Amino acid sequence: MIDIQVSKELHGSHSDMNLDIDLQIQEGSLIALTGQSGSGKTTLLRILAGLEKTDGSIKVGEDVWQGESFTKATQKRHIGFVFQDYALFENMSVLQNLLFVTKDKDLAFKLLEMTDLTQLQDRMPNTLSGGQKQRVSLCRAMMNRPKLLLLDEPLSALDVEMRNRLQREILALHKEFKTTTILVSHDPSEIYKLADRVIVLSQGKIIKDGSVKEILRQTQGSQKFSFRGEILDIVKADIVYIAVVSIAQQIVEVVLDEEEIKEFTVGDEVQVGTKAFAPSISLV
Amino acid sequence: MIEIFQTLDYEPFILSFKLASLTTLILFIISLPLSWYLSQTNSKAKPFIEALTALPIVLPPSVLGFYILVALSQNSPLGAFFQDVFGVSLVFSFTGLVVASCFYSLPFMVQPLQGGFESISKNMIEASYISGKSTLVTILRVALPNMKPALLTALIVTFAHTVGEFGVVLMVGGSIPGETKVASVAIYEMVEIMDYSMAHIYSAIMIVMSFSVLLSVYTFNKYHNKRFGL
Repeated sequence: MIDIQVSKELHGSHSDMNLDIDLQIQEGSLIALTGQSGSGKTTLLRILAGLEKTDGSIKVGEDVWQGESFTKATQKRHIGFVFQDYALFENMSVLQNLLFVTKDKDLAFKLLEMTDLTQLQDRMPNTLSGGQKQRVSLCRAMMNRPKLLLLDEPLSALDVEMRNRLQREILALHKEFKTTTILVSHDPSEIYKLADRVIVLSQGKIIKDGSVKEILRQTQGSQKFSFRGEILDIVKADIVYIAVVSIAQQIVEVVLDEEEIKEFTVGDEVQVGTKAFAPSISLV
Repeated sequence: MIEIFQTLDYEPFILSFKLASLTTLILFIISLPLSWYLSQTNSKAKPFIEALTALPIVLPPSVLGFYILVALSQNSPLGAFFQDVFGVSLVFSFTGLVVASCFYSLPFMVQPLQGGFESISKNMIEASYISGKSTLVTILRVALPNMKPALLTALIVTFAHTVGEFGVVLMVGGSIPGETKVASVAIYEMVEIMDYSMAHIYSAIMIVMSFSVLLSVYTFNKYHNKRFGL
């Protein structure tokens, strides 16, 4: 069990806030951390890595990382950290990046094999694509045989195809090494595929904590569909009004009557749902 | 022509290069922790330390030379300490020249190194800590290899600046042949006794050497930047 009880005053770009986290994590689980930018996700990861000072306590099993007057150095925590911008050592080849962490060649070759990087082991980082770099970064993080793996939006700079591939590789590595993992992500499909628990942060506090389905499902009661979107336009068509709503990069139109229209204005964030029809599904 | 070079007294040049090599080595060791600290800290003391290390750039060499002379003389605690413990006098000696040059050339080592350290991605440094590496290992194996142009600039400019110094050297060292009479001082003396032909030869050698050194730095930096697509 990893027991985290930390608090820290943050001076954000908008306003100051208190990060106040009380969180217990089962060993071997993969947790997704989500929430709007500035909600304290990255700060929490940095606190766990020992890169930010904080008050409170962090215990990993019997191992105290943070006590009342004691902070265990980052170097001694045995964590893995994957940055959004890869942060590879530019002066070292792929293999050297891995061996810099520990001189365990067997583990290095195994990781390279699992992520299909064996062919690229002698290449320098600046000759690799973004997806390749992030795979190297993931392997490097695993070289530490981490007790805790922290992934800070690792896939957000990659295209969809590369994202899917890395998601499969993260899952394969997780199955193989059973590393307790915290993944910061904004992508519901990514969270659904990888995580077994979701934590939602807002203003430095945990506002939701539960299973992936509980948190990500937007429908209520007998609703079949429910999506969050933004009203782009409201146009009058004969006697009714039509609201144009943007949902996940698609546009839908919803019919409103004169009474309903008073509630909404352009730019509002809304929930669009339907109950009446059985959803149909087909390949595209 | 060849005869001139054969009969030339090279001692001032050798002395200049010995002084510059030693100064560069000592300053590199001193400046590594100092410039690393300055690149990583947000402390309120940072501007004060930065201003202090930059002083030798703006001060007239005579001011610097005067204070160093006072500080190193046998009447000062530092000078007395060296005299009593090691039996060396810090003024009008080669050791004194090295100490004075270290003050004089400090900013030329610290500033490029600090700029280099600041240019390294913070995440890369942190990735090294997370990999279990100490600050020293991080500096030597991650930071320095990723800032080669800054490193080369620091070393070469410090070296070249020490070879080129004159005022401080003259004040602290005087002109003792084989001890403190470096190339710049030797040229000054030749001009004073109106031996213009020797002054020309010495000066020409200085210009050619300095130009070659600077040319090699800029060529390396250009090649290096091109390779990394900068």
